[in-house]
Amino acid sequence: MKAPLRRRFISVLAAMTAMAALPWVRAARAQSDPFAALVLQVTGGAPVRAGRVTVDTPRLADNGHSVLLKVSVECAMTAADYVRSITLLSGRNPRPIMATFHLGPKAGRAEVTTRVRLNGTQRVLAIARLADGTYWSGDAEVEVTESACLDAT
Amino acid sequence: MTEGSLARGFFRLARGVILTGCKSRLCVLALPLLIAWPAAAAEPQPPVPLKSGIEFVSADIRAMQADDFANPGMLWVTRGEMLWREPAGRDGKSCAGCHGDAKTSMQGVAARYPLIDAGGARLIDVEGRIEQCRERRQQAAPFKRESPELLALSAYVAQQSRGMPVNVVIDWQNRHNFEAGRALYYRRMGQMNVSCAQCHQENWGRKLGPETLSQGHGVAYPAYRLEWQSMGSLHRRFRSCLSGVRAEMPPQGAAEFLDLELYMAWRANGLPIETPGVRR
Amino acid sequence: MVARVHVPASVKRGAVFEVRINIQHPMETGFRYDNSGRPIPKNVINSLVARYNGVEIFRAELGSGIAANPYVQFYAIAEASGEIEFSWVDDAGQRGSERASVAVAG
Repeated sequence: MKAPLRRRFISVLAAMTAMAALPWVRAARAQSDPFAALVLQVTGGAPVRAGRVTVDTPRLADNGHSVLLKVSVECAMTAADYVRSITLLSGRNPRPIMATFHLGPKAGRAEVTTRVRLNGTQRVLAIARLADGTYWSGDAEVEVTESACLDAT
Repeated sequence: MTEGSLARGFFRLARGVILTGCKSRLCVLALPLLIAWPAAAAEPQPPVPLKSGIEFVSADIRAMQADDFANPGMLWVTRGEMLWREPAGRDGKSCAGCHGDAKTSMQGVAARYPLIDAGGARLIDVEGRIEQCRERRQQAAPFKRESPELLALSAYVAQQSRGMPVNVVIDWQNRHNFEAGRALYYRRMGQMNVSCAQCHQENWGRKLGPETLSQGHGVAYPAYRLEWQSMGSLHRRFRSCLSGVRAEMPPQGAAEFLDLELYMAWRANGLPIETPGVRR
Repeated sequence: MVARVHVPASVKRGAVFEVRINIQHPMETGFRYDNSGRPIPKNVINSLVARYNGVEIFRAELGSGIAANPYVQFYAIAEASGEIEFSWVDDAGQRGSERASVAVAG
């Protein structure tokens, strides 16, 4: 026997409310994590687990133009178990995806060092994609101060 | 001891002598000192202990300078080595054509600069000497100050003196340049009305914002400065400082910069050259 | 484009060794202006590839977030003596390459 009209009306109304609230819920979650949208872009929605990835930077950068950054992933680096790629994300730069490094089983060690530009004090996030399709992340906070004297040369 | 404390000590002693009427034995001993003191206090001495700017930067920058491969300045030195061997000018002469292997012929050269050009009576720095060679001996177009080529060549030449102590001699020929340089070093400049000495002679080791003031020596130059994202000359560094105190900036190669470079080299006598240095 | 590649002088077969490269390039962000107020166009090395005896062992997609005069350090496994060859291209289409010899013992 079909549910009375009143009950059907209420359940449809509840479903519509729930569906309408979803974007707000997702947006609220994104606001609390500035990297959420970027991570989505990198992983295509696949879940990312925090761990196995270490981002090494100085706690206080000498100059935002050049900050040494080392990212390493705990991984055996064998033919079966290796790191496919590492993506570096900035929490504050105008172009937040700083670099993507593609490794492979011939890499020997899942570790890359480079020098990045940081547009002010921020959190840097590294996402590693493993051969088995899983994603892992690690982050670091870097303080970047302005130079004491203006240099107009 | 700073100039200020020396002056205060002098006046305190003079006041003491005048008040006691110069009768005590101590006063008799003090009298020649009182006469000699002002003369001694007039010529400021280099800071003690003498410290390179590398001692005032972070461990990361120290590591970057110490490792020839991590040091971006070495990219310019590498280019300089190529330019040293490159034929130039009307007759296709290279630097190597006259000077041979720079590792031997240029050793110790940068440590003696700036000096009085033998031909004229003016002071010349390494960059000026390279330009002079290009124009007069290679009959080639000059590179221009702060050009990538001149930076590369001057870094390459200076690097041949790396580890050797600065060794400039002040004599009757360059005495007036030295005094002009010293006057500039102690002159308040710019909207902020600050002199080189106020930061680098009187307050080295103290903080200016997030940075620690160095003694202001030029031993690392041409240097790779993170702020410039490139290698730059000592004269560019002078311009940076002048910009910082909002003063007018003479161009690289200006006579006052050469005088200042001489005074600073005298002040750094004994410090080893570090070119190519890495700085903030 | 001046570039320097560094690998250890010799490595044992099967050992993991460090490969380093430093390229002279301004990595112009596109956010800067020249003295006349005109924007300086973006030009960064966007792709860097390393091949060991012809086989790709490392690839990097770089952006303006990488510091000027880019420096990259990674690892490889010593297989046979030969060459590590780097090639890169920037936004303006300028290509560069540099190589270093690897001597594998054992």
